[in-house]
Amino acid sequence: MTVLLEARNIGKRFGGVQALKDVSLTIRRGEIYGLIGPNGAGKTTFFNVLTGLYPRDAGTVILAGAPLALGEPHRVTQAGIARTFQNIRLFANMSARENVMVGRHARSKVGVGGAVLRSRTQREEEAAIRRRADELLAYVGLLERADALAKNLAYGDQRRLEIARALATEPQLLALDEPAAGMNATETAALRGLIEGLRRDGLTVLLIEHDVKLVMGLCDRVAVLDYGEKIAEDVPAAVRQDARVIEAYLGGSLE
Amino acid sequence: MNGAWMAQRWQRNPRFGLVLIALALVALPFVVGAGLGNTWLRVLDFALLYAMLALGLNIVVGFAGLLDLGYIAFYAVGAYIYALLASPHFGLHWPVWAILPLGALVACGFGVVLGAPTLRLRGDYLAIVTLGFGEIVRIFMNNLNAPVNITNGPKGIAGIDPIQIGGHALTQPLEFFGVTVPGLALTYYLFLGLTLLVMLAGLRLQDSRIGRAWVAIREDEVAAKACGINTRNVKLLAFAMGASFGGVAGGLFASFQEFVSPESFSLMESVMVLCMVVLGGMGHIPGVILGALTLTVLPEAFRHGAGPVQQALFGQVLVDPENLRMLLFGLALVAVMLYRPSGLWPEPRHRLELGAK
Repeated sequence: MTVLLEARNIGKRFGGVQALKDVSLTIRRGEIYGLIGPNGAGKTTFFNVLTGLYPRDAGTVILAGAPLALGEPHRVTQAGIARTFQNIRLFANMSARENVMVGRHARSKVGVGGAVLRSRTQREEEAAIRRRADELLAYVGLLERADALAKNLAYGDQRRLEIARALATEPQLLALDEPAAGMNATETAALRGLIEGLRRDGLTVLLIEHDVKLVMGLCDRVAVLDYGEKIAEDVPAAVRQDARVIEAYLGGSLE
Repeated sequence: MNGAWMAQRWQRNPRFGLVLIALALVALPFVVGAGLGNTWLRVLDFALLYAMLALGLNIVVGFAGLLDLGYIAFYAVGAYIYALLASPHFGLHWPVWAILPLGALVACGFGVVLGAPTLRLRGDYLAIVTLGFGEIVRIFMNNLNAPVNITNGPKGIAGIDPIQIGGHALTQPLEFFGVTVPGLALTYYLFLGLTLLVMLAGLRLQDSRIGRAWVAIREDEVAAKACGINTRNVKLLAFAMGASFGGVAGGLFASFQEFVSPESFSLMESVMVLCMVVLGGMGHIPGVILGALTLTVLPEAFRHGAGPVQQALFGQVLVDPENLRMLLFGLALVAVMLYRPSGLWPEPRHRLELGAK
């Protein structure tokens, strides 16, 4: 398997707190890569640095062989990393379809002139955006709710809509920040099916998750963060046996 | 021809409705002119100018969600560009078709100048900065008469050329197939045409990639960035588009009044245009137009109606109509915001969703 993303020595400090320290990890094309760790370990910080929301203090990220310009989220998205948010961030007063259509922004280009004149290019592009949005809504199973406002969707549907919106940006890497947070067992099972489907379709997924069972069952490889440092990176079965991981989670060794 | 029949035709063929509206719009200046006189015809022309302004501000406030309290500055820029290039002040008399696009362009530039330093600001903070910007422009107009006299200071610029189309000044009546069309009605048709163009541009922008990006920024800026939207450029675009509509309206205003002075561009004017957008229904183009028409016509109606009504009721004028006008106007605003918080004519989809709950 080829390497899709390589993060080298990522560092991030908030005032006196070293939130990330020398974090390096490698994600291979086509795998589901889990990032776990106790509360406050720096998982979401890593996500925000990776997707450009926070400027980083140190380190580089290589995506598909090219260095990633961090610090400008829209350029990270254009380069091929899409994300969802821990606390869902949809465009509440737009319909489900429009939410996904916004995701096509980076992959379309007609500007003000084309829009005002309704040029042929504009109409064709608009139709293509709409078609793709409907395909993605169907993919996550929300097509019949396409015209509902995002804020009126059920919780699980909102999570899936956010994934559809992220997919609309044609990512090489899909980064999901605690997608199962707040979900009941049925919804989590449906989500699991969706993520497995993504892997089958060749997408690479980076998954932050609290639900250890979900991570261990779903991921090809898992990295564990603790106090901003990577303490383990391996296949789930090996990580589960790792003494440092057990210590981080249980606050002491098991002897 | 009864109401039920009309409603039936309308449902069967929406085009029939459009034709009716078009006929009504064409006939309106004659009905108003004959029934209420030239004063009201002028009010009608002003209502259209304000509709253009409100449509421009709607892009910034309604679509992109950027609270702009200095919008009138762009109107001022457009008006002064027209005044300087088509008046005896500098002895220049450029044709209108050269000045209006130039006014739009310069106002657009001012929009970017205002937008660039305020990109990180939102809500209250942005409102304060834009308010300051509006005042700065007005104060510049007020003081740029020394050391070099550019704007003629508080005295303003008079004798501005009226708009000429095909050699015919819009202040003169025009004989048309035996019907005399008064100058104010000609102005009405020009303003109506331009308002419709601005409206069409707004509708098309709203339903486009750029329009969706604006709304996305309004809804959640962080998520918009994560969707690959360059929020800096897209916000600047909103400021620039809104400003250029304001610039065109300003040029028309200058030619229509044949006089500009800084006092026409006070903070109160910015607030009025913002009221039109909010009261009509932020982000909903027909609502914004309704808001502009209501807030232009209603105060005038109070001004002209309050005196005679008091005379008839009490036999004398108890309260000066001018004072009463602002009181009633304020009450009307409060009432609308209390009972229709999303505006007189909000986006039907949102209302539907609220009703369904």
